[in-house]
Amino acid sequence: MARAFRWLLPHPLLTLLLTLVWTLLQNEVSAGMVVFGLILGIIIPWGTSIWWPDTPKGFRPGKMISYSIIVLWDIIVANVQVAWIVLTVPNSRLKPAWIVVPLDLRKPEAITVLAGTITLTPGTVSADLSDEGHSLLVHVLHTDDPDAVRDEIKVRYERRLKEIFS
Amino acid sequence: MTLDVIATYATAVFLLIGSGFVIVGVIGLLKFNDPMTRLHAPTKVGTIGIGMLLLASMTHAFASGDGSLHELLIMAFLFVTAPISANFIAKVNIHSRTCEVPPSPSRDDTWSTLKSPDLDQEIKGGVQE
Repeated sequence: MARAFRWLLPHPLLTLLLTLVWTLLQNEVSAGMVVFGLILGIIIPWGTSIWWPDTPKGFRPGKMISYSIIVLWDIIVANVQVAWIVLTVPNSRLKPAWIVVPLDLRKPEAITVLAGTITLTPGTVSADLSDEGHSLLVHVLHTDDPDAVRDEIKVRYERRLKEIFS
Repeated sequence: MTLDVIATYATAVFLLIGSGFVIVGVIGLLKFNDPMTRLHAPTKVGTIGIGMLLLASMTHAFASGDGSLHELLIMAFLFVTAPISANFIAKVNIHSRTCEVPPSPSRDDTWSTLKSPDLDQEIKGGVQE
């Protein structure tokens, strides 16, 4: 039974997500469209499952929601700070810096979410991953203390992501 | 004040905030003089600027009785795709040496973008076959 379930639904969360996106695309909730979305949500993960055989394990959606709220808040705050930097700091006094963030995260999904978060938060762009995937290269627009930025990324985002993708 | 009036004002305020951030993004794009710092400007436009404009669109749609949630989807797609394009531009900058050379990683040998010694020498020597 469990095997049949896994064969039919290799990525249950993706099925849910596809159904939700399809319903949103229709812009109205009707039984027929939800059922059609559900059919798409089953067919697409099933048809593409050879390309991503591993189901991410130990993902906690509840903590992901609180993480998203924190990130949204940070995006708003940092946007205002960066707008201030853009308007007031002249180019000659701008202090851009590269930071190397050593990663404790091992899962590819978790590293992707961390890199995406860093880029979405204004002021920092994640640029590259080291060849073995143990460090992340981040570019900062303007900072006096690169180490503090690195520690903030580690404490604020990476620690939470480690709990989400445990 | 009726709900209609409040919605109109809210739409206007969201539009103003959104376009304000878009303008700041454009100023940043024009003002900064190095490709890596310039990359920071569009990420701003992509997040709060567009977000506020979409919020305005949503408020307006719901106020005129024709509610739409498409904006949430646009938002989600933007949030998923923006970091990827930023990452690619950063990689091109690193690869073509149009920015400062990044410090070497603390745990591994090198950055994955730089791990192609033969190709790099070709670019440096200007020999392209």
